[in-house]
Amino acid sequence: MAEEKHVMTMLVDNQPGVTSRVTGLFSGKGFNIESICGCPTSDPGISRITITTKANPPVVEQIEKQLRKLVNVIKLRSLDGPKAVRRELALVCVQARGEQRTEVLRIVDIFRGKIVDAGLEHFIIEVTGEEEKIQAMLNLLEPIGIKKLSRTGPIGLIREPK
Amino acid sequence: MQLTGAQILMRVLKEEGVDTLFGYPGGAVIDIYDELLRSGLRHIMVRHEQGAVHAADGYARVSGKVGVCLVTSGPGATNTVTGIASAHCDSIPLVVLTGQVPTHLIGNDAFQEVDIVGITRPCTKHNYLVESTADLARILREAFHLARSGRPGPVLVDIPKNVATGRAGVPPAGEVRIRSYNPTYRPNGKQLKEVARLIRESRRPMIFAGGGVILSQGSTELSRLARREQIPVATSLMGLGAFPGSDPLSLGMIGMHGTYRSNMASSACDLMLAVGVRFDDRVTGRTDAFAAQARIVHIDIDPSSIRKNIPVAVPVVGDCRISLQMINALLDGGAAHELAERRRPWLEQIAAWKSTQPLAYRQCERIKPQFVVEKIYALTRGEAIVTTEVGQNQMWAAQYYLFDRPNRFVTSGGLGCMGFGLPAAIGAQIACPERTVVDIAGDGSIQMNIQEMATAVQYDLPVKIAILNNGHLGMVRQWQELFYGKRYSATRVECAPDFVKLAEAYGAVGLRATRPEEVEPVLQEALAVRRPVIMDFVVEAEECVYPMVPAGAPITEMLLV
Repeated sequence: MAEEKHVMTMLVDNQPGVTSRVTGLFSGKGFNIESICGCPTSDPGISRITITTKANPPVVEQIEKQLRKLVNVIKLRSLDGPKAVRRELALVCVQARGEQRTEVLRIVDIFRGKIVDAGLEHFIIEVTGEEEKIQAMLNLLEPIGIKKLSRTGPIGLIREPK
Repeated sequence: MQLTGAQILMRVLKEEGVDTLFGYPGGAVIDIYDELLRSGLRHIMVRHEQGAVHAADGYARVSGKVGVCLVTSGPGATNTVTGIASAHCDSIPLVVLTGQVPTHLIGNDAFQEVDIVGITRPCTKHNYLVESTADLARILREAFHLARSGRPGPVLVDIPKNVATGRAGVPPAGEVRIRSYNPTYRPNGKQLKEVARLIRESRRPMIFAGGGVILSQGSTELSRLARREQIPVATSLMGLGAFPGSDPLSLGMIGMHGTYRSNMASSACDLMLAVGVRFDDRVTGRTDAFAAQARIVHIDIDPSSIRKNIPVAVPVVGDCRISLQMINALLDGGAAHELAERRRPWLEQIAAWKSTQPLAYRQCERIKPQFVVEKIYALTRGEAIVTTEVGQNQMWAAQYYLFDRPNRFVTSGGLGCMGFGLPAAIGAQIACPERTVVDIAGDGSIQMNIQEMATAVQYDLPVKIAILNNGHLGMVRQWQELFYGKRYSATRVECAPDFVKLAEAYGAVGLRATRPEEVEPVLQEALAVRRPVIMDFVVEAEECVYPMVPAGAPITEMLLV
């Protein structure tokens, strides 16, 4: 069975050690974490952790069941498919001299990014979007020269009923 | 009224029905031990913290209550890890209380400081570091609730010294609610109707029962279902006793060292009702060949057990006893059918497997280990509580001692933890002072927690330790013989104590048998005396456990005697 990327999000008790319980479960059981992102919610007692994993369907089922078993995991939902909105933030430091500088600005414009830091030989670009969009922009920037890259990995929310 | 943390601990333990603790003192728990003197609770001082956890495990298994341990920080805490991991694999309800350095020293590499919550995270059902005395009562109540509810398991509570000495009020006891923890006891009715239909339709059904049946006290319902529907029952190692081993419908144990008829039945059945099991690799062998003709119904309280190793046709999440009760009720209401006629070919086939390949061994002039277990079974009339160490001794105990009741067979099933049997026997004997408790041991594994002999003598616990002494780490030796060209690497126990003298040195009784005709008199003497006894049965060294399924093979491919 093919391994595919899956995004899952969970509400957890905002207590010390909870992230370690979640990540320890992945490492202990041989599951994969592509990205992980966590922060408190509007309720300071609850945090949201969003994880992207790569696994085949039976393994995804096992991951979800094992996560639900953790006493500190309050609620777990899949963020796959059209029922959810997913976004990722990337900060990209690009080397840019001479003519490349206008080229970079054009690319930033196409992807509705922002320049958040500029120097004589570099820009730092902020861009958000679905993973594919960010990847597409990185593919264009790559030949120009990516110096540094920081990505959050996907976060997301389930859409409310219309 | 404000109480100290130590006083709060004693109060909650009593609220939770605890009367006995297994433990070992130390600096970080000295205040708790001081309070223990005034508490009226019984404390069993073991000789090693691993022994405390195994003893609490044995106590929990035969009493059905939560086993409780109390140990100090640092090495006291780390010594509990093996015991906790064993209880975790076997879903045994424990509360393990560890001392911790004062909160202001945590993270400073203080004397006897260790991050035991971090260490035990993957081998506990849940664990806690208590940060304030005010949280202690709530956390302890949650710990007991988690340990005994749902799929039971060990819960560790780490108590810093200043939490034990600090003062706080105690909120009144009430129902424990943890918002994210709601085990499903009552299964989905639609699924159960499907199960009942499959039972009625099947021609070659079998039940595969595991430890979950025993933990949920579902044995009576299981027997009702099996007998009324004429369904043969195989059990996992952990399920021994869930269905009477001497019943004609019993197939015995299934898996790597299962009976021929169990393993054959599993591949020929058209319906497998798997109840309270987790399809361990020692049961299934090669998974794609396991129960390949059957529709599998899997009943378990832990959803993550279902479809973890084996695809199933009908998943049922729920308590085993309640599920079986509901299935029985559905079948009660169903139309009568020609059951005996329908089942006859299947039961005849099973009887044929049983008569062509019964469990067997060849007698010789030396003592055969299986013969010792058979004699223990006969002389205790099948009524003893049997604990085991791990390896060949464990498998022979599982094969040749038939358990007609649950909570009588106490073994480290999932973790396979050598050194389990003696401390577990101590815990079992404390839970059931009037019962005969026998530890079926090997000369290798008995030495892993032999120090607990002192505990047995100190508390006057008449446990009977039957060492099947083959001078080897027998199970590994067996693998080396069968699969590694008889290259015996490190499996000969080249130096062992004289177990009779060792028993005497501890103040216990030591007995030895070297010839088959000595076995019965030694056992009779051991069972007659109300003291701890070590019996050294010098057995045939190169005996193997059969049947045996090579690791990774289909379980129908058995090596036989």
